[in-house]
Amino acid sequence: MPDLPERNVRITGIGQSQVGRPSPKSPLQLTMDAALEAIADAGLRLSDIDGIVNYPVKSSEGGGISPVSAGETMTALGLQCNWLASGSHEGPGHMAAIFEAILAISAGLCRHVLVFRSVAQAQARLSSRESTLLAGSRSRVDGNNAWTVPFNALSPANLWALFAQAYFDKYGYGPEQLGWVAVNGRCNAALNPNAIYRDPITIDDYLTARMISTPLRLYDCDTHIDGSTALIVSAADAARDCRNPPIHIEAIGLTLGGLGYGIHRGDFTCIEAERAGAMLWSRTDLKPRDVDVMQIYDGFSIHTVLWTEALQLVGKGEALAFFDGGERIALTGELPMNTGGGQLSAGRFHGYGHTYEACIQLWGRGGARQVSDAKVSAVCNGGYGYGALLLRTD
Amino acid sequence: MPEVPRKLPELEPLTAFFWTSGADGVLRIQRCGACGRWQHPPQPRCHVCHSEDVAPAPVSGRGTVKTFTINRQAWTPALQEPFVFAAIELAEQPELYVLSNVSGPVEAVHSGMPVQVFFERREDVWLPLFSAEASDA
Ligand SMILES: [Zn+2]
Repeated sequence: MPDLPERNVRITGIGQSQVGRPSPKSPLQLTMDAALEAIADAGLRLSDIDGIVNYPVKSSEGGGISPVSAGETMTALGLQCNWLASGSHEGPGHMAAIFEAILAISAGLCRHVLVFRSVAQAQARLSSRESTLLAGSRSRVDGNNAWTVPFNALSPANLWALFAQAYFDKYGYGPEQLGWVAVNGRCNAALNPNAIYRDPITIDDYLTARMISTPLRLYDCDTHIDGSTALIVSAADAARDCRNPPIHIEAIGLTLGGLGYGIHRGDFTCIEAERAGAMLWSRTDLKPRDVDVMQIYDGFSIHTVLWTEALQLVGKGEALAFFDGGERIALTGELPMNTGGGQLSAGRFHGYGHTYEACIQLWGRGGARQVSDAKVSAVCNGGYGYGALLLRTD
Repeated sequence: MPEVPRKLPELEPLTAFFWTSGADGVLRIQRCGACGRWQHPPQPRCHVCHSEDVAPAPVSGRGTVKTFTINRQAWTPALQEPFVFAAIELAEQPELYVLSNVSGPVEAVHSGMPVQVFFERREDVWLPLFSAEASDA
């Protein structure tokens, strides 16, 4: 195995603000809550933090998708960083900030990087309920959105519904199987004090909930929140001084591509993330069977189907058989999924909730939702840019 | 019934031909003069052989519904009626997809359904929409 940059770093601390819908705190306050918690969790002082990166670059548009910049967070916390960046959309999706931290530490630019992701989508909806795709002053739509918006596909739900329908048609499954993604997430969220939706639902609740875009129903869609998640990524040698047993990033995988962006390949039953999965497993001697717990991106339920197959955690066309009935993905099952509730029930911390929860499990802090003997966790994010991590205990 | 609200596409250099092709009732898709492949959305070069010899060429306007969704959520107050959003696989080449709406009763739409193009003019745009292919019988 050549020198892999991800082997040069460790995750040493995590923090997450209180979830809100809406939150009484400003996005910058939420960011500072998460950051201070993560720095303290790592056993570091603010003066130890010499790098900062967030995902994605701050934007006043997009309905609260990225309301806080790395720069203003650095200033607000009084940090003196040698390195500062924002992860781009044009990369491995949400994981971009983590991957950039890996590269910056490997290049010797910094030793303890504060990585954060803040969202204020609930606050933004107080001022406008307009579809993000229709927002803005322009009377016409350009770029990639021109292929969907003129046909009133105004939500990503419409695009991912195409995949769900194609998957059902090809493999003969239906909502009775897909619904277990939402039911499982809600079961786990009931045990997560910081989840936004904690009342358990049954498969009947799922099936009788209102339709959004066939075959996707209400509980197939995640929910907007206000909140922030922070991680401390440290150089491997510097991690030894930290409070927690360092979490290793065993391997990373990334790729990009999706519907409406360039030429679509395939039959709508798989995603470009397959290349991220192949990259991930090419960088480690661990095998898919070594994974103890999986945190799978669930902006929509169908993402978990496509991603678990892309990561080779189940065979092609087998995900819904694996999810059916919920037992195998439950906390006590053979491969527990989205143990904190995922985005469907914990709220759209936008990818970072998944990495946060993976660390919770690997550090054995899950309390009532702790998976026994969790040593290796797969994590993945994204529905356009795709990023995956394989994390393991020290 | 009031007209369905639509935000129209910008006519950009690479894509304007697609949005105005329906002016003479014919759908056009970019085709490579070197290798004969079709591609959509349009690109500066052929994505397979990388030839610059790519140009709009007429297609039959026939295809099948590869996959679809019936939208039930009113994303805007004016968008109350259910409608079908679909990936149409054009007859000319496997995996040559156009995203569009399929008109007619939403319950009648299914994957594999044969469809044909028609155009809805809005300002300087001829939106290519699809409906069930008329049977020959
Ligand atoms: Zn060619």
